Amino acid sequence: MSEATAAVAPAEAAPAAAAHGPAHAPAKDDPWYGGRHPFAIDSKKFGMWLFIASDSITFAAILFAYTYVRLSDPDWPLVFNAGSVALSTLMTFVLLTSSLTMVLGVAAANAGKRKQAALWTFATALGGLAFIVIHAWEWSHVIHGLPEGPLPLMWCAFFTATGMHMLHVTVGFFYLTIVGLAYLGGKFKPIDIEVAGLYWHFVDLVWMFVFPMIYLMSTDMTKGFGH
Amino acid sequence: MSSEAAAEHAVHVHQAPTNPIWRYVFSTDHKVIGIQYWILALVSAFVGMGLSVWFRLHLLNQGHVAQLTDQLSLLVEGSADYNAIKAKIDALQTAWYHMEPSQYLGILTMHGTILVFMVLTTAPMGGFGNYFLPIQVGALDMAFPRLNMLSFWLTFLSFVTLMAAFFVPGGSPNAGWTGYPPLSAVPDSQGNGYQGPGGWGQDLWVLSIAIFCFASLVGAINFIVTTLDLRTKGMTLMRMPLTCWAWFVTAILALLSFAVLLVAGLLLLLDRNLGTSFYVPGDLFVSNKLLVDHKGGSPLLFQHLFWFFGHPEVYIAIVPGMGLASHLLSSFARKPVFGYRAMVYAIFGIGVLGFFVWGHHMFQSGMSPYVAVAFSVMTMVVGVPSAIKTFNWLGTIWGGNIRFQSPMLYALGFVSLFVTGGIGGIFLGQNAVDIYFHDTYFVVGHFHMIMGVAAIFGMFAGTVYWFPKVTGKMMNEPLSQAHFWCTFLGVNVIFIVMHLMGLEGHPRRYSGFAFEFLSSDYMVRMHTIVTHTAIFTASAQVLFLINLVYSLAAGKKAGDNPWESTSLEWATTSPPPFENFKDGVLPEVHHGPYEYSVPDAAKDYIMQHDPPEARPATAPAPH
Repeated sequence: MSEATAAVAPAEAAPAAAAHGPAHAPAKDDPWYGGRHPFAIDSKKFGMWLFIASDSITFAAILFAYTYVRLSDPDWPLVFNAGSVALSTLMTFVLLTSSLTMVLGVAAANAGKRKQAALWTFATALGGLAFIVIHAWEWSHVIHGLPEGPLPLMWCAFFTATGMHMLHVTVGFFYLTIVGLAYLGGKFKPIDIEVAGLYWHFVDLVWMFVFPMIYLMSTDMTKGFGH
Repeated sequence: MSSEAAAEHAVHVHQAPTNPIWRYVFSTDHKVIGIQYWILALVSAFVGMGLSVWFRLHLLNQGHVAQLTDQLSLLVEGSADYNAIKAKIDALQTAWYHMEPSQYLGILTMHGTILVFMVLTTAPMGGFGNYFLPIQVGALDMAFPRLNMLSFWLTFLSFVTLMAAFFVPGGSPNAGWTGYPPLSAVPDSQGNGYQGPGGWGQDLWVLSIAIFCFASLVGAINFIVTTLDLRTKGMTLMRMPLTCWAWFVTAILALLSFAVLLVAGLLLLLDRNLGTSFYVPGDLFVSNKLLVDHKGGSPLLFQHLFWFFGHPEVYIAIVPGMGLASHLLSSFARKPVFGYRAMVYAIFGIGVLGFFVWGHHMFQSGMSPYVAVAFSVMTMVVGVPSAIKTFNWLGTIWGGNIRFQSPMLYALGFVSLFVTGGIGGIFLGQNAVDIYFHDTYFVVGHFHMIMGVAAIFGMFAGTVYWFPKVTGKMMNEPLSQAHFWCTFLGVNVIFIVMHLMGLEGHPRRYSGFAFEFLSSDYMVRMHTIVTHTAIFTASAQVLFLINLVYSLAAGKKAGDNPWESTSLEWATTSPPPFENFKDGVLPEVHHGPYEYSVPDAAKDYIMQHDPPEARPATAPAPH
């Protein structure tokens, strides 16, 4: 406060200045004063948060489109069975595990353990790869079982929502691999691991919406495990 | 903390690259990127305007054809008069500017898309924002210079993709700039496969929009981070010029709205190419072929997604102009902005409300009247912050020592067009009235007035105000003033007459005169006025081009601060050095952005970086 007063009312200033000086002069120690990052985080991290804000709206719009076409149809088919739920649960498990390895990677990077952090990051990327492989297998399975003729809306929504998510996981796989290698080589800093981690957790979080909305809500458990 | 922060700022200090390719083409310098965006927008503006003159000529032509056809019906077939008129009609129908209906729709679509995306969205943000946001907040560059470069080149790629739509088999898309399905969603709307309209052109259109979404996302992130993280010492949020506030809010709108357009476009692309049917309803036959054998999707889904983006997009186009108008009215009336804080809150209010009014573009979609009333009320509420801004602009110039130089004229033109266009909006925002007006020229006149030319006047204002800073030369004042008056009068005539045509019920998007009443003398006269004025106004833009070239070559040398303005861009040389401020030393800010005519001050303006003592202790507190 004294700093602020000094800034606005120099030694020769009249008492009138002191009266209103501090009231309108911004405090120099205010995080919003300028010359510093008000959120006290790296700009890269802030940028990633903004990307996540935008991207979550992209996914929200896709899930909105799915909800819209689904609600328009009173006879929406329940296309999945217990077998599909078992498989998607496995995928969920793989993805959530990769989030755990990501957390360990960020912690190691912040603790300065370069090699360990890189290994955890690669483990995360591998988790993503495993997810993609299982998911691709499921896709091919679904595609072979599709009826002739125009694609039913349920499958339109399924391929679009999971495809968009899988695209994000694929991008994440390359992103994590590159960041891990560059961090190992000393080109990147712990903050880069952390920012990549933010992205990865976001992709996992999106799955936590896709999983119940696309799979669980379209499942008829009485259908058992066959197809 | 402060040394840490200083170090972080210092990270962005970089040397100017010596290779001209890295310095002027693939540059990461925000000033070069700003100029690149501005040139892209200028080229697009002339392409878009050229297209509009072309279809205005066609429409006038059709008016004459309709009138002559009327006369023909009164004459005996085979008579001399009959043959003479018949020959006239044939000549008109084969004129170079004659269009087939689908071609007309194609040109209309490209006109709208080019102007909305490549001009109204890029110039205010990518152009002026890129160049001046970092300087006005006192930074060395944008927060992410390389992403900034990516953003421009993606926009350029999007532009090239869009232009390619002119040249592919089938020609330009014909579903309008809003790209409504089912027309946009079926590949062979004319039964011609990829040969007809709606072929590759429509795919390229969607692709172009999708690329544009990525470019906007990257740009928006950059703008927001720059505004919040890179302000120099003393540049508190409430000391930012209103231009910065406007760019900041615009960036937030772009961040949140283009994400939805991306999905709208993605689903359209999937519908067209990969066999989904989000937008293709069941029971739709095209060329005797049933497209979807199940219940199908909904074209309305596209409208919801599109307008959830589309309405904020309107504000993306206009809000930077609002910021600039406030900035200029204050600077050229030599008075502080009236109600600075109210202006900031009003910009935010407009931005927030922009996300809740998309339904007013869909009153005709058969939505429940209860929903329509809700959207209607929200739309009326937008009038509140808009009125706050308008009255504050009037308050700003009230009793001011006004300098009627060209930037001021363009800014006043902006306010005038904003008010005129806004009044039409009050009609269209009422769902009951809109149902009558929606598919008429009233809407065309309205949105051109408020989103089109008002925003364009903001760009003219920005160009003539900042030209001395960017080039070190003044623009020619008499030429600017002549251009202002020609353009201002021209656009008022064009778009007010369009309102009148709409009141008479003239439908929009028609390439000809299908109804009897449209070929009445009244309507043809209206079309004649609009077309002639459009040619006049388009020709007047040559004045602007001449002015740019002439001033660049032989303009009067500009000092550092030719307009005696207060913000930080005037604290550096004209043009600014590579690192924006001399030796990369960031100025420290001690004053608000609009300290004009401060009582007892030595000059009639106090610049933001002037020492604290520049403001006399006896002067009343700023906003």
